[in-house]
Amino acid sequence: MEAWLALAAGGLTAGAVYLLLARSLVHFVFGIVLLSNAANLVLFAAGRTTWGLPALIPDGMSEPDGPIANALPQALILTAIVIGFGLLCFVLVLVDRVRRRWETADIDQIHEKALSGKDLEP
Amino acid sequence: MSLLATLPVVIPMVAGILALLAVSRPRLQQAIGIAGAAALLAVSLVLMVAVSDGSVLVAAMGDWIPPIGIALVVDPLSAAMIAIAAATGLAAAVYALADPRAARTRAWPGLPPLLMFLLCGVCGAFVTGDLFNLYVWFEVMLISSFALLAQGGGKERLAGALRYVGLNLVSTVMMLASVGMLYGLTGTLNLADLHNAAIAADRPGALAAVAMLLLIAFGIKAAVFPLFFWLPAAYPTLPIPVAAVFAGLLTKVGVYAMLRVFPLVLGPEALGDTHILLQESLIWIAALTMLTGVLGAAAQSDMRRILSWHIISQIGYMIMGLALWTTLGVVGAVFYLLHHIIVKANLFLVAGVAERMTGSGELAKTGGLYKQAPWLGVLFLIPALSLAGVPPLSGFWAKYLLVRAGLEIGEYVLVAVALVVGLLTLYSMTKIWLEAFWKPAPETVSVRPLSRRESLAMLGPITVFALMTVVIGLAAEPVFIYAERAGLLLVEPAPYVETVLGAPR
Repeated sequence: MEAWLALAAGGLTAGAVYLLLARSLVHFVFGIVLLSNAANLVLFAAGRTTWGLPALIPDGMSEPDGPIANALPQALILTAIVIGFGLLCFVLVLVDRVRRRWETADIDQIHEKALSGKDLEP
Repeated sequence: MSLLATLPVVIPMVAGILALLAVSRPRLQQAIGIAGAAALLAVSLVLMVAVSDGSVLVAAMGDWIPPIGIALVVDPLSAAMIAIAAATGLAAAVYALADPRAARTRAWPGLPPLLMFLLCGVCGAFVTGDLFNLYVWFEVMLISSFALLAQGGGKERLAGALRYVGLNLVSTVMMLASVGMLYGLTGTLNLADLHNAAIAADRPGALAAVAMLLLIAFGIKAAVFPLFFWLPAAYPTLPIPVAAVFAGLLTKVGVYAMLRVFPLVLGPEALGDTHILLQESLIWIAALTMLTGVLGAAAQSDMRRILSWHIISQIGYMIMGLALWTTLGVVGAVFYLLHHIIVKANLFLVAGVAERMTGSGELAKTGGLYKQAPWLGVLFLIPALSLAGVPPLSGFWAKYLLVRAGLEIGEYVLVAVALVVGLLTLYSMTKIWLEAFWKPAPETVSVRPLSRRESLAMLGPITVFALMTVVIGLAAEPVFIYAERAGLLLVEPAPYVETVLGAPR
């Protein structure tokens, strides 16, 4: 299970890097989405994964019966998802504003326009 | 005692919410902003006195005993950082009064609430004793800074904001992944507990991978070489009070996180032989950050851009202190951190006044400021010379400590770089001085004097900061003793760990 999670995280990261390096801002947004999900999978794997075993301690015992998944990283993922969602909304609005003001969603063209305007960029 | 440690987070949060509620009354909002920052400053001074003997205050949230729950921990370093964050916030809130438009325009939700939430995130990062909680405070800080950056929304600022947002999001995701890996290796998130658990885990190779991920994550926040490109794109486009807070505080939170996490969790005991890899990377990063920053500044001809590039080169000095990994080096880094925030914020504030008087920050279009306002020249020279490290100002002692720490362990190349960069900093500051202050104003430019309101609001904070720079320079010993206690606790964290894990139950 962990191996599959590792593969999925690696694949998502690779896709994210490809998208983040693209010129289009829309690709950039999707890159951010993939990357944050890759991080969530890493967190998920960190807490051990088991099939169909609730993280509960049986009656009359002081510790769980055999290895079960740690619930804490899953709670951390929930927090991270919520935060990531808020940030993603902001990024979407920002990208939209940039596209409207610069009349393009291509990062190279924005750069060129900035250079050809006044001396905007170092 | 524990309640006191929560106040640095609670005060700005409450002030921010109140300021949001007062959104239709800009003047009240500004008053709340100033009151909130002043209250935060008062609390931080109390905290500084309480921990000045090198003790540590712990507040276990919800009475969950560390390492189970989240602990807020105040040690000398975090108390001093909160104090300086509050002072910077207060200066920005007062300085913003000078802009009469700010009170009239209805830019939602206005500067004060966002400033308070930013301070809340920054102070939260300073007091937290939990790695995941640090990530959460980073996000609070980020989302407030995003909003401050995008507010107003000029073309150039939006393009800068895009870079800032993009790189910082990548940075937080990397931090999240490394938090997950560290938890997988050690089974804890409490920083004090991590100190023991990382050594007990005995997995130097895996921990080195985590260290590198964290180095990149914090490095993007601190704007070190080669991850600094977002900074010169974003900072010069900001309104001056916001730029001063960003320049003074935000990158320094990244440096603070490095100073806090690396010696405590990923020190030589935990990383074993691979620690040299981390240290070598830090040394290279420090040298190249100093150099690229100062060379970038030399190529600029706009006050804000010059100052923005100098933030980068100054970050290099702080990384240098950590990279040396000796007590004196870390003490030097702490001293540098404390002095630098004041100086850098002040330089941005002075640049704002110069822009207000001449109508431009482009050096070619300014001039004659010394003739019109000699006092402003003095107020500029104090932080400028301190930044370059001219004695007897605060920057001299900060650089002296770092250079001495470097010589002690024979890092001659790094020391040489630090000294050359100091000289080049002087070159940039001289350039601003000659162009903006000394040369006569160009014929097309008329230098206008400040109104009474502007003088009070703008020059008040500048004068106080300049005085602080002089006082730190002339009375360096108490500051050094304080920095020494803070630094010692970072390098030899045993008292920190014991206090947190043995918190009253």
